[in-house]
Amino acid sequence: MQLYSRRVWTNRIGIALSMGAMLFGLLALLWILWTLFYNGFSALSWEFFTEDTPAPGSEGGGLRNAIVGSLMIVGMTTLVSTPIGILAGIYLAEFGTTSKFAAMTRFVTDIMLSAPSIVIGLFVYALMVATLGGFSGWAGSVALSLIAVPVVVRTTENMLLLVPTALREAAFAVGAPRWQVSLKVTLRAVKAGVVTGILLAIARVTGETAPLLFTALNNQFYSTDMSQPMGNLPVVIFQFAMSPYENWVNLAWGGALLIALFVLGVNILARVLFRKKSTD
Amino acid sequence: MSALEPTADGEAILSIRDLNFFYGDFRGLKDVSLDIAKNQVTAFIGPSGCGKSTLLRTFNRMYDLYPGQRAEGQINFHGKNLLDKKQDVNLVRAKIGMVFQKPTPFPMTIYENIAFGVRLYEKLAKSEMDDRVEWALRKAAMWQEAKDKLQQSGLSLSGGQQQRLCIARTIAVKPEIVLLDEPTSALDPISTAKIEELIDELKNDYTIAIVTHNMQQAARISDLTAFMYLGELVEFGKTDSLFVKPQKKQTEDYITGRFG
Repeated sequence: MQLYSRRVWTNRIGIALSMGAMLFGLLALLWILWTLFYNGFSALSWEFFTEDTPAPGSEGGGLRNAIVGSLMIVGMTTLVSTPIGILAGIYLAEFGTTSKFAAMTRFVTDIMLSAPSIVIGLFVYALMVATLGGFSGWAGSVALSLIAVPVVVRTTENMLLLVPTALREAAFAVGAPRWQVSLKVTLRAVKAGVVTGILLAIARVTGETAPLLFTALNNQFYSTDMSQPMGNLPVVIFQFAMSPYENWVNLAWGGALLIALFVLGVNILARVLFRKKSTD
Repeated sequence: MSALEPTADGEAILSIRDLNFFYGDFRGLKDVSLDIAKNQVTAFIGPSGCGKSTLLRTFNRMYDLYPGQRAEGQINFHGKNLLDKKQDVNLVRAKIGMVFQKPTPFPMTIYENIAFGVRLYEKLAKSEMDDRVEWALRKAAMWQEAKDKLQQSGLSLSGGQQQRLCIARTIAVKPEIVLLDEPTSALDPISTAKIEELIDELKNDYTIAIVTHNMQQAARISDLTAFMYLGELVEFGKTDSLFVKPQKKQTEDYITGRFG
């Protein structure tokens, strides 16, 4: 009986500790979100979306140039990293399961997944900005793609590895060559999972600041020319939040809220998509 | 060794000679020789691990997908050895179709499930493709159930229907031989009965090789039966005589349920 009551108590203490840890994490998260909403909402207004970032000392202003810039840079990143990531994932899962080259690719991908983003920013700075003569939206997209591609590669590969062997064999059994099996049957079977991976990669790069600081830099004016320095939310937030001007700080809060809502939205979309597929 | 002689009355469409199969170092098939007779149903029976599925998977070179698996010997099909390195495996698989234990509809519509294989080797106009899809579904006794939902996902069908869809998909490519690897072991008795009826119909146009765990099934549907044990072909002959008067002690023990 003593042994039993000891077990009961161990159990209670264990549950209490894990609940405590959960509350701690949850409270921190809620606190951050609350502060973000509290300070961010008051910054959102019509002008916030229609006016460009204000010059030092001038009143009002908005984040139009940064929002458009971020959408373009992240959009271009998605266009670049989706095909590369999916094709590489297919290669790893379907073609190079046992090859040395695939093992190496897998290893490098894993390193890239955990590479500090500032290193990637500096790398692209050295590769494109220093050599091609200036900061540009393109360089920003390249830097973000280097972060997004490994995420897409690994999710695509992991999803494809979940495809039952029988389905793959069945596709081969009607005489289909490997590329048709991969593109038309197995990839289609895990479509929802792969789309989820892409969405998560987008969510991941949307808030990245360091790579853009060294590549797209910033632009005080509205510009859609990706060969020029480009305004973008993370860098604007970074600069404005640390400025002495009250309207800049407010805009930074608004921008932070906007990014948080976007990332939240993308994550929810990813979950909904994935769940819908799983219950099919 | 008369029991091991090819017993085909008619023409042999596949003739297997001295076939050995290796999973790495393990020898899964030992000097197997037999003929698969044209337009007949040949059943492979034997306890788990006896090599019957392995043998079936050499006929369409399915083992090729896995490094470390290899086959030696001869499988002659229209005068050519299928195991030849130069043999185009995709063509082999289009001529020798396969249906698996679990239904494996592709993640696409019922129509596309069937059209997928056909498109690989034939360029058909839309109307011809429609006809081919209907033809294949009729052959697989699926037309009545599927005709109003051709644009629905193949995954929306029941297990038994999915399996008939897989058969339709296989014959749509117009193979000469259809390999069935325990096609009914995941199905309920009614679906099983439908598939068995279907097999009986199909042998008019196709040669069928079926692996089954179910000896009654082998007895019901096959013309010829091969009994395998530990990678060897123990006995091969007409189904009627093999079940009634087995030549080998091992065969008799197995079909009377003394082991396996």
